Amino acid sequence: MADFSELVIISGKGGTGKTSLVACLASLFKSRVVADCDVDAANLNLILNGNVVEKKDFVGGKKAVIKSDLCTVCGKCLEVCRFGAISQDFVVDRVACEGCGACHVFCPTSAIDFSPRRCGECYTCTTADGQPLVFAELLPGEENSGKLVTMVRTEARKQAETKNIPLIVIDGPPGIGCPVIASVTGTSHAVIVTEPTGSGIHDLKRILQLTAHFGINAGVVVNKSDINTTHTSSVKALCEKEGRAMFFGGIPFEPKVSEAQRKGITILDYAPTSEASTAIRNIYKRIKKNMEES
Amino acid sequence: MRIAFASGKGGTGKTTIAVNLAWFLAYEGQRVQYLDCDVEEPNGHIFLKPAIERQERASVMVPIIDQKRCTSCAKCGEVCQFSAIVNLPSNTLLIPPMCHGCGLCTLVCPTKAITEGTREIGLIETGKTADAIPFVHGVLNIGEPMAIPLIEQVKARGAASHTQIIDAPPGTSCPVVKTIRDSDLVVMVTEPTPFGLHDLKMAVSVASNLGVPVGIVVNRENGAFEPLERYLETRSLPVLARFPEDREIARSYSEGLLICEALPTYREKFKALADGIGEILKEHGESKGWQISANL
Ligand code: SF4
Ligand code: SF4
Repeated sequence: MADFSELVIISGKGGTGKTSLVACLASLFKSRVVADCDVDAANLNLILNGNVVEKKDFVGGKKAVIKSDLCTVCGKCLEVCRFGAISQDFVVDRVACEGCGACHVFCPTSAIDFSPRRCGECYTCTTADGQPLVFAELLPGEENSGKLVTMVRTEARKQAETKNIPLIVIDGPPGIGCPVIASVTGTSHAVIVTEPTGSGIHDLKRILQLTAHFGINAGVVVNKSDINTTHTSSVKALCEKEGRAMFFGGIPFEPKVSEAQRKGITILDYAPTSEASTAIRNIYKRIKKNMEES
Repeated sequence: MRIAFASGKGGTGKTTIAVNLAWFLAYEGQRVQYLDCDVEEPNGHIFLKPAIERQERASVMVPIIDQKRCTSCAKCGEVCQFSAIVNLPSNTLLIPPMCHGCGLCTLVCPTKAITEGTREIGLIETGKTADAIPFVHGVLNIGEPMAIPLIEQVKARGAASHTQIIDAPPGTSCPVVKTIRDSDLVVMVTEPTPFGLHDLKMAVSVASNLGVPVGIVVNRENGAFEPLERYLETRSLPVLARFPEDREIARSYSEGLLICEALPTYREKFKALADGIGEILKEHGESKGWQISANL
């Protein structure tokens, strides 16, 4: 058994303020590794300003390339490719290619090159408070972000193990698909950041089903909770009804939050006595208590 | 005609702009269809409120392994690029969510122990809004990682006779690529923050790698954010519209209302957006069917 726990922060809907909250939690949980698993939009380091200490290539799935000098235009690859990735004149469309290798296996003249490619980079950093941050950048348009998430988590675990750090805080991607599943599997606790809007609640329901599906202890934070108090109350009610979800509290809307965002610092540093900062510290205490108790 | 709405960063207001533009174009007499390809978190229906007429299960191909015929040769597991097959000494297991449905294992199995069936990944709903806008969205099943086949199936329901307004998923990886790759134009909705800018840059390079023209909408503006303006200028990216940070917009959004209906003064902005789109399309020789009348 690992002697660290993993806390994942997710949101379902994008843009609810998840990353800003993660940055705050990272500074409040003093001893922690941060893993930025939102690899499509790795923004955490824009606030945490870590120094890169290690950089690794991320090697993703393979793609087919037809070597025209060896191709005898027999048409076998066209026949086996299910993804319409091979044109009538035998050129592979890189975007359509799923990387299954069927063409490569069946090409009688071995004219199809099928090799792994560098799809991104994974960075391990040290943030100002001396704690590790791992993040990654996917080359634009590449696939396999789920695999890259797994790589970030593996590197983060190595940091926790070698440095004896008891907690990994994971910034998860929006949505409920492949990279989200890769971010939440195996974690014990999840914090879901939502907003009091129709879309926010719609997406919250879906993400709560996902955490339940994976048996993760989930709790909810409502950002900009005072913008629509009716919706905020229904989020609370929803948490109680779902049973499995805790309600960690709301963060009031405050222009200072977006000012801090523009400056690239956390609200805790920018306006420590603001209502939003107080709310975040209370939320932190509840999350911590919940993790200690269950 | 296909116009996609993307953003890189989530929550920048891409869906808000897309649904309102769809409404506006229909109001101006254009034939519009709305395709929600953000299948992990589809939200367009909250605003357009379509009456759903048809529900279909979306599925992908999946191998079925006949253990009686399987000789545990492990060929299938060797060729599968997605680690979807686990070869044990006495039987062969499939991990369905890992399978991409490529059919290769079926083709290579020497004893023909593998046949194919289908596996459900989500739901496709089709309908019409009160303003008679045809509407299609995909809803991915919970716990299902395969979003792309569902996106492709939603897109396959696009009508060539209509201007298709396509809501793309957030991010910059594969699902976005598959959504926008054959669009005539992609509208990138961004917000003036360091996060927004970082993600916009990534999203713009996805579109330019695909050769899809880009137009920009700056949302929730509250004074100029210099780094964004500098970037837009150096890259010569056309700004089609700017929307202010407005509590009224936030409120109508939270209640699931269309800005064009709740706050009609904003229609002007959507007209400018529609005109801007028309201009880019013209530049690229694609403006067929794009007509916006001169007056509101
Ligand atoms: S690798 Fe698979 S998807 Fe790619 S071209 Fe070959 S058969 Fe088609
Ligand atoms: S169909 Fe393709 S992806 Fe699925 S198990 Fe067979 S080889 Fe693997």
